Amino acid sequence: MTRHVIAPVDELPPGTRKFLTIDARPIAVFNINGEFFGLLNRCPHQGAALCEGPLIGLAQSSDPGQIEYTRLGEIIRCPWHGWEFDIRTGQSYCDPKRFRAKAYPVNVEPGASVVKGPYMAETIAVSVESDYVVVDL
Amino acid sequence: MNVQFRSKPEPGSSAQAKAAIADCDIHPARKTPQELFPYLAKRWHSHLETYGKHPYQGMMDGPPYPKAQPNASRRDAYPPDGGQQGSSLSFMQQQHLDPNNVVLGVLCPLNTGQGIRNQDLSAALATAINDWQIAEWTGKDSRLKGSIVVANEDGPAAAAEIRKRAGDKNFVQVLLLSRNVEPLGQRRYWPIYQAAEEAGLPVGVHAFGFGGNPITASGWPSFYIEEMVGHSQCQQTAFASMVLEGVFERHPKLKMIMIEAGFGWAPSLSWRLDKNWERLRSEVPHVKRPPSEYIREHIYWTTQPMEDPERRDHLFQVIEWVGWDKLLFATDYPHWDYDEPSRVLPPGASEANREAFYLNNALKLYGLA
Repeated sequence: MTRHVIAPVDELPPGTRKFLTIDARPIAVFNINGEFFGLLNRCPHQGAALCEGPLIGLAQSSDPGQIEYTRLGEIIRCPWHGWEFDIRTGQSYCDPKRFRAKAYPVNVEPGASVVKGPYMAETIAVSVESDYVVVDL
Repeated sequence: MNVQFRSKPEPGSSAQAKAAIADCDIHPARKTPQELFPYLAKRWHSHLETYGKHPYQGMMDGPPYPKAQPNASRRDAYPPDGGQQGSSLSFMQQQHLDPNNVVLGVLCPLNTGQGIRNQDLSAALATAINDWQIAEWTGKDSRLKGSIVVANEDGPAAAAEIRKRAGDKNFVQVLLLSRNVEPLGQRRYWPIYQAAEEAGLPVGVHAFGFGGNPITASGWPSFYIEEMVGHSQCQQTAFASMVLEGVFERHPKLKMIMIEAGFGWAPSLSWRLDKNWERLRSEVPHVKRPPSEYIREHIYWTTQPMEDPERRDHLFQVIEWVGWDKLLFATDYPHWDYDEPSRVLPPGASEANREAFYLNNALKLYGLA
């Protein structure tokens, strides 16, 4: 596993997502209310760019007429067929046994540790003064 | 959700590395309603702006059920230069035709003038949409072929439009929708079949329509998902009506294409038809052969949304009944339930069947082989 520095934390504020290619793999990193998540930008169903879909909540029902809508913004819905995946785990909600979106751990690391390495900084210039978003791949 | 994927070429590999395909259901859109005005008499410009289109379904505009994605289309298919999905030829080429190596794309324009109550306006819109297809699509990309859109509830007007376009290589089929005022085999629609047979053109019946009838045989269901699966009911009605009204006896050369309503139900409906025909034949003496024979002879099926049973041998059994020579691959681009060409047909088909499925059946049916 290699750790990739993808952006200074200020460049990925809450509510934004960044698309990038690492080792020929299309990746998207999301900032959801200050938490960071990484996903392979390819739907395991038919291969669409999954991470271009909207972030929605999880609608569940214990009984007809009873609807609980929770985890707002933590479910990614595919821009083609609408398949839903948990952004934290990549779990599919319609067919969890056969399909899972590939999730990658994302962390914020202080510049001091990033400068030391061992990180792949891609084209990001790093300095000890800032914090950085780091994805493990 | 087929689990048996074919390997997908890496991004950046040349389009020609993929096998050539025919896509028999592509939906071109207009950027604005006014995009049709150059093809419409001035009289209709002000009419549309003043009165709009008044469909049989009783709603002023739009589909009877809300869609699951914007414009019922892929969210990644908005052209970068603006407009709704499917409204830019250059972006369609870049996103779909080129990378998927589509060598034949059949256009099925929707939301045109089919199923509106003003028959003169319906006919004018049909003519306009046909001229628009030539000017904006088929005339600019020879891979694309148009559908002759007709005023479906006005048989003579529809037949006149078909005769006007007969022989025009920009068009490969006549387009009807599945939800009409009456089942499609009934006599008000016969002039359409007469003209199509004379022109040597198949008649495509695409899911949806604005005939005012509910999607089910027992009223309006609550959910969009019920409309999505209900298309097969409408298509079954059309299919039984065509056979039982004797349309294929009158028009032995007529071919029909069932577009976007599945095909897995074809065997069971055919078995029921045959069984009842054995007992009730005297009610419909014009139906001279078992219904399944007409169906297998005259009906073609587009594949999207592809049948997707848990066990692939079940899929192959259905296809064996329907006929490998009767399936026409389709993606439905840019609509949200698009089928990705490389992920539709599981392994197990012979090379000849695979080529028939993806390309050769379409070339042959449309007279382009």
